Amino acid sequence: MDMVNLTIDGVQVSVPSTYTVLEAAREAGIKIPTLCYLKDLNQIGACRVCLVEVEKARALAAACVQPVAEGMVVHTNSPKVRATRKNTLEMILSDHNIDCLSCIRNGNCELQSLAEEYGIRKVTFNGIKSSSIIDDKSFSIVRDSSKCVKCGRCVAACKKQSVGVLSFLNRGFETSVGPAYDISMADAPCIYCGQCIVSCPVGALYEKEETEKVWDAINDPSKHVVMQVAPAVRAAIGEEFGLPIGTRATGKMFAAMRRLGVDKVFDTNFAADLTIMEEGTELLNRIKNGGVLPMITSCSPGWIRFCEFYFPEFIPNLSSCKSPHEMEGALIKTYYAQKNNIDPKDIVVVSVMPCTSKKTEAAREQLVNKDGLKDVDIVITTRELARMIKQAGLNFNNLPDEGPDPDFMGEYTGAGVIFGATGGVMEAALRTVADILEDKDLPDIEYKAVRGVENDIKEATVTLGGKDIKVAVAHSTAAARELLTKIKNGEANDYAFIEVMGCSGGCVCGGGQPIVKAQDLMDIDLRAERAKALYEEDAIMPQRKSHKNSQVMKLYEDFLGEPNGHLAHELLHTTYAQKEIYPENLVK
Amino acid sequence: MDNYRSHVLICHGTGCTSSNSNKILDKFNEVLADKGLTNEIKVVKTGCFGLCAAGPIIVIYPEGTMYYRCTPEDVEELVNEHLINGKEVERLKVAGNNTSPKDFYSKQMRIALRNCGNINPEDINEYIANDGYQALGTILTEKRDPDAIIQELIDSGLRGRGGGGFPTGLKWKFASGNRGQGITKYVCCNADEGDPGAFMDRSILEGDPHSVIEAMAIAGYCIDAHQGYVYVRAEYPIAVERLQNAINQAKEMGLLGKNIFNSGFDFELDIRLGAGAFVCGEETALMRSIEGKRGNPTPRPPFPAVKGLFGKPTILNNVETYANIPVIINKGAKWFASLGTEKSKGTKVFALGGKVNNVGLLEIPMGTTVREIVFDIGGGIPNGKAFKAVQTGGPSGGCIPESLIDTPIDYDNLVAVGSMMGSGGMIVMDEDTCMVDIAKFFLEFTVDESCGKCAPCRIGTKRMYEILTRITDGTGTLDDLQALEDVAVALKNGSLCALGQTAANPILSTLKHFRDEYVEHVVDKKCRCGVCKGLLNYTIDKEKCVGCGMCAKGCPADAITRTDYIAPGKKLAAFEIDSSKCVKCGACMGTCKLKAISKQ
Repeated sequence: MDMVNLTIDGVQVSVPSTYTVLEAAREAGIKIPTLCYLKDLNQIGACRVCLVEVEKARALAAACVQPVAEGMVVHTNSPKVRATRKNTLEMILSDHNIDCLSCIRNGNCELQSLAEEYGIRKVTFNGIKSSSIIDDKSFSIVRDSSKCVKCGRCVAACKKQSVGVLSFLNRGFETSVGPAYDISMADAPCIYCGQCIVSCPVGALYEKEETEKVWDAINDPSKHVVMQVAPAVRAAIGEEFGLPIGTRATGKMFAAMRRLGVDKVFDTNFAADLTIMEEGTELLNRIKNGGVLPMITSCSPGWIRFCEFYFPEFIPNLSSCKSPHEMEGALIKTYYAQKNNIDPKDIVVVSVMPCTSKKTEAAREQLVNKDGLKDVDIVITTRELARMIKQAGLNFNNLPDEGPDPDFMGEYTGAGVIFGATGGVMEAALRTVADILEDKDLPDIEYKAVRGVENDIKEATVTLGGKDIKVAVAHSTAAARELLTKIKNGEANDYAFIEVMGCSGGCVCGGGQPIVKAQDLMDIDLRAERAKALYEEDAIMPQRKSHKNSQVMKLYEDFLGEPNGHLAHELLHTTYAQKEIYPENLVK
Repeated sequence: MDNYRSHVLICHGTGCTSSNSNKILDKFNEVLADKGLTNEIKVVKTGCFGLCAAGPIIVIYPEGTMYYRCTPEDVEELVNEHLINGKEVERLKVAGNNTSPKDFYSKQMRIALRNCGNINPEDINEYIANDGYQALGTILTEKRDPDAIIQELIDSGLRGRGGGGFPTGLKWKFASGNRGQGITKYVCCNADEGDPGAFMDRSILEGDPHSVIEAMAIAGYCIDAHQGYVYVRAEYPIAVERLQNAINQAKEMGLLGKNIFNSGFDFELDIRLGAGAFVCGEETALMRSIEGKRGNPTPRPPFPAVKGLFGKPTILNNVETYANIPVIINKGAKWFASLGTEKSKGTKVFALGGKVNNVGLLEIPMGTTVREIVFDIGGGIPNGKAFKAVQTGGPSGGCIPESLIDTPIDYDNLVAVGSMMGSGGMIVMDEDTCMVDIAKFFLEFTVDESCGKCAPCRIGTKRMYEILTRITDGTGTLDDLQALEDVAVALKNGSLCALGQTAANPILSTLKHFRDEYVEHVVDKKCRCGVCKGLLNYTIDKEKCVGCGMCAKGCPADAITRTDYIAPGKKLAAFEIDSSKCVKCGACMGTCKLKAISKQ
């Protein structure tokens, strides 16, 4: 790689020629503040907070977009730089709704940190604020434009997802960010993946908070609250309590959930194992009976919405399996309720998910049972769970390591755990399908070809029962769009099975996960760091194949009958329907 | 070709067209047909003659007589007297309102505007007859070395006429690499002229569109590009129509399209319409707009020559720059470099407006002083008022005070005095112009035209406008003055594109040269020019008031009521103005026959 030499604040650095000044400075141990910058996603030089002085240049340069050059001399802390940054920050603050104490991002706001670092004690340039709205009509995402700093990070994230619902509207001082015509996100073809939220440096986008509903249920003696938690949550929740990124916090997470006062704590991994039984059987049947192939996974509600909006012709390809937490919810209100002799009406199922789209999923009409009960009553994100833990006064880091409650639905395998990382569902399915087809307990269970985040679309050919089958894994809806477009154009038609996750990296980087500051994302690949925690847990599990989950087997024996059997179909499978994009009555 | 004994040239620029010059043309054709003179006298629609203040203008050749402020009703007389009786119509030779055509044209030198007003822009043959397409033809038929042409441009010293003043030849050189390797490149023309009051690019497109087409084809040949785009404001319908017409004619004659002059060189040219955003005159925003994206600037580097339109190497010059190029090729770099100052060669077109007698479009050699433009070419200030300042560069420029009136105009001198060349708007201000108010006027424009992408410009322009509003309302403080300066400097240093970086220029330059006026507004609550209404107080001299009540009747705000004071010798009680209700419209002053009402 070509290297160039430059001087930053008197420090000589030699960096690759593709670097920006921001990256070079970081290498030299110099922190340049940023606001609109988000590595690989948003490098547009808009906020002007990262300004530096480049000798011989006419104006100050935005370090995030300024390429390095041989012999360049940069000053990041000159009086001119400091004054301009500070004045720019004060201007941004003058058009910002500064109710920091009651803001959801209080304590985790990049603008707040900047104001603190720059010692801003008063906002000099007061004036009118640009017009704003609060859009809280959707089940998943709230948009408060009074907090928006117009950095464009959410716009870039939405575009990267190839959804493009969020964009800049109007111009000049009245520039705002929102769906076309400023319609509600509930009316836009938004998939609620929440990547906009985790990209937002401030509190302009956030999950629809439902923690109070959970507290109400816990405090209602007539309610039996069952809380389940998705695999990806354990890989990230520690970050909310100061633990390093990638810390596996499974034990403390279960201990904390239990101490919130819920009646039962389960791991959605149980249902992940069950999903493998159902989905694996469905796949084998489709292959055997000439069903629609490739079959595509259905665990990710962001992806499901994407398919229903943008690729409805692939709806027949979707596995009919409900997503794991919905399966778990359906079983809690039937199997578990019967076993414990509880009226399902009194049960409140709370799912803790890394995902904002799950909130909208839980409200799907297809996920209401014949008695009119929703499979899952409340969905909270990892961030909301962390807030509840803080509200309960629990010292997370000092909690003992515990596990889910053991009764009926407490067991899970390593196959369930890896659902939270891209390629995990595929790998889990292959582990089981291979065993079934070969009719033995195969020792090679790590399908490394489907792991990892280097490629957005991963392909593998696996030999199952003497037959080669081609599979693919796509993470992010942009990757899904690319793959499905290829299939549509007949450029790739030999896949039997495809895993799609709506978010890049899979659920570990879902829109409900802890928000990592842009500066902390500069040196790491968050997707890989968090996935490590899950593969670590998989490796230490006594059972690593879903069909080895004895409680799942017992469930079939005692209650469901066969995978894909009649009752399994009623409780664990669902349907999909095309959704209209920007229906006419909305856009006038 | 038919020989005509006389030619009647009628200006069809936007200004004269708005004053019915097309009806004058129709009338000429009608009258001449009636009199059976259509074979002897040719009526020609031309571009702008420049002296817009005296339009619509007609020039009759071979005499070269100019007639001003013509109407369709004058046509009969012009035909009878001038064209039939050979007697000039004296009354129409008076430009009126102190306008003096002789002065106006005296110090001009028309290179970019060489054909404007001389040829029919809708007839390619007239352009060709005036050396048109000679440069392109020579280059292509002689298969000249593109690098040599670029070097010629560099040697000529031609700098971009759109504002920045970057050497045009260098720009071309940067984009000229890897010729003959099938790399897609583009040649673009910036015709998104957005400065309020500037209309030189419009006039060239309206009066001489082929000069731009020819130059763009030459640019294409030099860098090995085969597609060009002219980005022109949709608000310039006449320019768009004539340019499209010119493109069509050039294509028909094989001067655009495939295999031009049988040289094997292909060049296509298309128009892209802009929707009137000032920021789309910034080169990166312009290219994003052509790409169909939101017209927001993007950071440079990468520069257009490396990664421009659709990510390909691109040349982008403005209309006036292109219009100079065929002449430079024909007459040589040496000739061009002999004109102008050391670092600014050639001429520059200015749109002269404001408080000056000869309002219009002029082209002067670089190095001409502000004084020469305002007082010689411009004919001075109307109504005997004193000169105060001149604003160049429009909302991105600054004002030049009287003390600097002998500044020779070139790129570097204008920057040195805190203004800039810009695209060439020049607004003259007299003693009645309040400099705080004028800064506010320009800020209002930039607030509207900021794209909103970068924080300093999006918010800073608004904050500066708010502060200026407070100062002109009489509620400004010294802290406001400090804040104004802080924001202005932050914008200049920190904005993403030239729009933001220069948006504070009107403020910074007026603060530099007219700081006392700001202080007066803030401290003394006084606007010496009587422009800022918030600082005006209307009062009735009760000793003079006869109590007629006309003022109270005329007051739209019911701010005037009768007192119980009757001045000695008067019969009725006097009136008074409640300043808290007064909207400072001045209506009362007009109604008072006794001049008992004053403002201060």
